[in-house]
Amino acid sequence: MSPVNYVYLAALLFTIGAVGVLVRRNAIVVFMCVELMLNAANLTLVAFSRIHGNLDGQIMAFFVMVVAAAEVVVGLAIIVMVYRSRHSASVDDASLMKL
Amino acid sequence: MSLSSPASSLAGDALTLAATSTSGGEAVSFWVLGTIAVMGALGTVLLRKAVHSALCLAGTMVILALFYLANGAYFLGIVQIVVYTGAVMMLFLFVLMLVGVSAADSLKETLKGQRWLALGCGLGLGIMLIAGLGQASVSSFTGLAAANAEGNVPALAAQLFTKYVVAFEVVGALLTVAAVGATLLTHRERIEKSKSQREQAEERVKGGTQLPPLPAPGVYARHNAVDRPGLLPDGTPSDLTVSATLLSRGQVREVGPEALHRVAALEQRTADSHGQTEHGRMYGEPHEPDPDPDLDAARERDARKAREEEAPK
Repeated sequence: MSPVNYVYLAALLFTIGAVGVLVRRNAIVVFMCVELMLNAANLTLVAFSRIHGNLDGQIMAFFVMVVAAAEVVVGLAIIVMVYRSRHSASVDDASLMKL
Repeated sequence: MSLSSPASSLAGDALTLAATSTSGGEAVSFWVLGTIAVMGALGTVLLRKAVHSALCLAGTMVILALFYLANGAYFLGIVQIVVYTGAVMMLFLFVLMLVGVSAADSLKETLKGQRWLALGCGLGLGIMLIAGLGQASVSSFTGLAAANAEGNVPALAAQLFTKYVVAFEVVGALLTVAAVGATLLTHRERIEKSKSQREQAEERVKGGTQLPPLPAPGVYARHNAVDRPGLLPDGTPSDLTVSATLLSRGQVREVGPEALHRVAALEQRTADSHGQTEHGRMYGEPHEPDPDPDLDAARERDARKAREEEAPK
């Protein structure tokens, strides 16, 4: 088995995550799908780090993790705030800026 | 490979440079765990309850951590488990608990055909990604044996604190800003004065809907669990006695006359098999049998059906 298989798997996971972001209505589940996409990207970075034999990819994956953690903290705070004001976590209900 | 023994280092380099495939054990674990990871990802997207999605995603993340370990990223594998499954997913679960009651998705499509269009886009993206990968020819790979020679963590640290030190500092600032932002966003200033007990009591009397405290859940001398509604004098369960959250989740136990008789019969059978005929007498009969059990059962069935129809929305 070649390590490129990990990249194939990551492509599959990324696609599933992207479909989830487009299909789901619940803001929290949409967030989870974004996390899935970030994790898929991390898997490609780690696999390429092994293929090329240097550690830069792993450091990038590390930074992605940190940024994802920060993003989750702020995003979930926003979801909680939206839920407080509209009593719904559905992305369809937050449509004040719609024409 | 250590530099102290040139022969072994040379052999190691030759081994790593010529590597074209991983070990058989890794291939087996890849196919088994990869299948589970894809199933977890599909579960995240397809399951309707957000809690189930979160658990599926946590499983996928644990498997990804194993893949990191298999790829020689030992530090990242541990960080993945600690940060993602330990912190991020638990944060998700906490928020689900706060937002939780209406956390199930509705199946109603607000945009016509959006779901199929999204599926088509996803399929196109997947085909493009995988076909693009298929175009690349990667016959051999280097492997991390040389890069990880003095340990994965020291090697990562050496790069992180020299080449990437500016990015590291910036990321630290980002984390601080995120923490402050989250505190600021979820903080709620109290604008109006908080009501005293006296004012609350006066308001209740003025409103006139529910003067005394709400009745307690449970059926006396039988059950006092919070998910078991109290009974009205005619034997019907009262919705006032259980929490509205449990009601909207459909997690309230049924305590209609049939259910209580079933429990009583079960306890009687248990008592008979233990030879304690006094047992049934000790608890007493639940209440007088309903004059029209059919009507009551129908009412209860209707109520349950209405609750089930309401719950997914």
